[in-house]
Amino acid sequence: MATVNRRILPGFLPGMSYTLTYLTILVLVPLGACFFKAMTLSWDQFWGAVWTPRAQAAYALTFGASLAAAVLSTVFGLVVAWVLVRYQFPGKRLFDSLIDLPFALPTAVAGLVYRSLYVKNGWLGQFLVPLGIELALTRSGIVWVLTFLGIPFIVRTVQPVLEALESDQEEAAASLGANRFQTVCRVILPNLYPAIVTGFALAFARCLGEYGSVVFIAGNKQFDTEIAPILIVNRLEETEYGEAAAIAIVLLVMSFAMLIVINWLERWSRRNEH
Amino acid sequence: MSITIKSVTKRFGKFTALDNVSLEVPSGSLVALLGSSGSGKTTLLRIIAGLEVPDVGSVLIQDEDITHASAQQRNVGFVFQHYALFRHMTVYENVAFGLRVRGRPDGQVCERVTELLKLIRLEGLDQRYPGQLSGGQRQRVALARALAAQPRLLLLDEPFGALDAKVRQELRTWLRRLHDEIHVTSLFVTHDQEEAFAVADKVVVMQGGKIEQMGAPHEVFDHPASPFVMDFLGNVNVFQGRVQSGRLLLGNIDLAAHDAHPQEEERPATFYVRPHELDIKRSANGTPSLKANVLHLNPAGPVTRVQLLAVDFGLTVHVELSHERRAELGLSPGDTVYVAPRKLRVFLPEPEYTI
Repeated sequence: MATVNRRILPGFLPGMSYTLTYLTILVLVPLGACFFKAMTLSWDQFWGAVWTPRAQAAYALTFGASLAAAVLSTVFGLVVAWVLVRYQFPGKRLFDSLIDLPFALPTAVAGLVYRSLYVKNGWLGQFLVPLGIELALTRSGIVWVLTFLGIPFIVRTVQPVLEALESDQEEAAASLGANRFQTVCRVILPNLYPAIVTGFALAFARCLGEYGSVVFIAGNKQFDTEIAPILIVNRLEETEYGEAAAIAIVLLVMSFAMLIVINWLERWSRRNEH
Repeated sequence: MSITIKSVTKRFGKFTALDNVSLEVPSGSLVALLGSSGSGKTTLLRIIAGLEVPDVGSVLIQDEDITHASAQQRNVGFVFQHYALFRHMTVYENVAFGLRVRGRPDGQVCERVTELLKLIRLEGLDQRYPGQLSGGQRQRVALARALAAQPRLLLLDEPFGALDAKVRQELRTWLRRLHDEIHVTSLFVTHDQEEAFAVADKVVVMQGGKIEQMGAPHEVFDHPASPFVMDFLGNVNVFQGRVQSGRLLLGNIDLAAHDAHPQEEERPATFYVRPHELDIKRSANGTPSLKANVLHLNPAGPVTRVQLLAVDFGLTVHVELSHERRAELGLSPGDTVYVAPRKLRVFLPEPEYTI
């Protein structure tokens, strides 16, 4: 007996097939190839490639700088989103479209510009470096340029939620006796949490994979300003493809684990939504 | 506590939402602000709550001028049309909000919230989120939240506007009973005249940013001060006629008017008759009446609604008859009958002068 197709939306089969095909070609095959390449190493070789003190320092820097940058982006991005949604000012539309620039700009350009601005005799560096603020060729420089890349993710995830937030919730809070600070902390921010966590996750993921800008601003000193992707490129230049793949695998697994945690956080922050 | 509004004007750009409005709400009363959308009723409510600032005029609670106090300082409970509950908080925390921001100790908060949840009959649902409640329940939570910090006034903006008819009826009765228990001076906005009449001690009818009339519900209903109020408070038939020497003239109807226009000179006038103030007769029989054809009969409901066409005027007339009266007349569409007013109201347009 033939079964009756009870799906209301037609096209499940072709839709799903295309999705799976593309997912395979674009994501699974390259990742799988990376795994296979890494498997050409023996266990000792693998361990020797991925867990040297130099590599450990690079992982720590990659994750630490990305985390710091994601946090900074969240703070700045929230303020920017707030200003864009709540206030009217001349040039607002231009300002709004500038937000997306880091999405489009080749990141190497960003890295180069930041570097030339913040070095000792750069336009900004000549004032900042004497004050002890060194944002070129240092770890803080890496965080700084990653923050630039992360901000649009926060702005673009928070902005629509903030726009949709009815003003009557704030009015209700005020008429119930809450001051501005209490209203922001107890009413507005909790409504934004899911969007903030999503934006944070996107910014964080983006920073983990960043190479182009960091390579210019960091100086790439071992144990100091060398991030994991640079390590991979180094290995590639030495034609140690297996070792490069091994480091990539470690980076991939760590990032994946992080994203799972953030995903769970995101779901948790949405628990009250019905 | 009483509310006093003194000559308040509020403009939004070129639109005048409130035009020199003055109003006195006695302490402990329940007053309805009745008007169509754009009449300024919600703006007035928001000005009292401190959510809008008047351009001109002042607002007093009891004898204290609060015109320039912020919403936060006023201690006025406000219930929003769409509830404005905090979606990320449980029912308990929503109700507790006003107490928490005032830094009340937990024990006191718990006691007050429990008391209020009992009052709104939602005792078991304190750990639910607003998204898990029905519209009527949400509205009650919004009310409890507004009452938690013992506000000086309670303001309600279209409190039952978003609910279905049956729940609306229930909540209406419940609000009236609640008010009789707690006696907080309350002001609510509605566009539903039935709701205003059913609940309020006093009705304020607003139009175009002005107060058209205020008074007890029966006063306003029986003695509307203007054509607008007459029209707004339910179906009405409008006829264009004349007045002369203390008589109302409409077709072959000639009625003595007790108060209107004793002058010799004839003037056009507009007559208003409610559908239940008209009777239908089979023959004119000398009574002043309008000849009409029955167009349509609608016997569903407590009365029969009859739609007729007044032949001489080309006007549609609505009449409400008891079912008994209809049966007695044996009406059917197409019949020619005579419509006689039991009562006519006349509003004379303001005399115009030419130079």
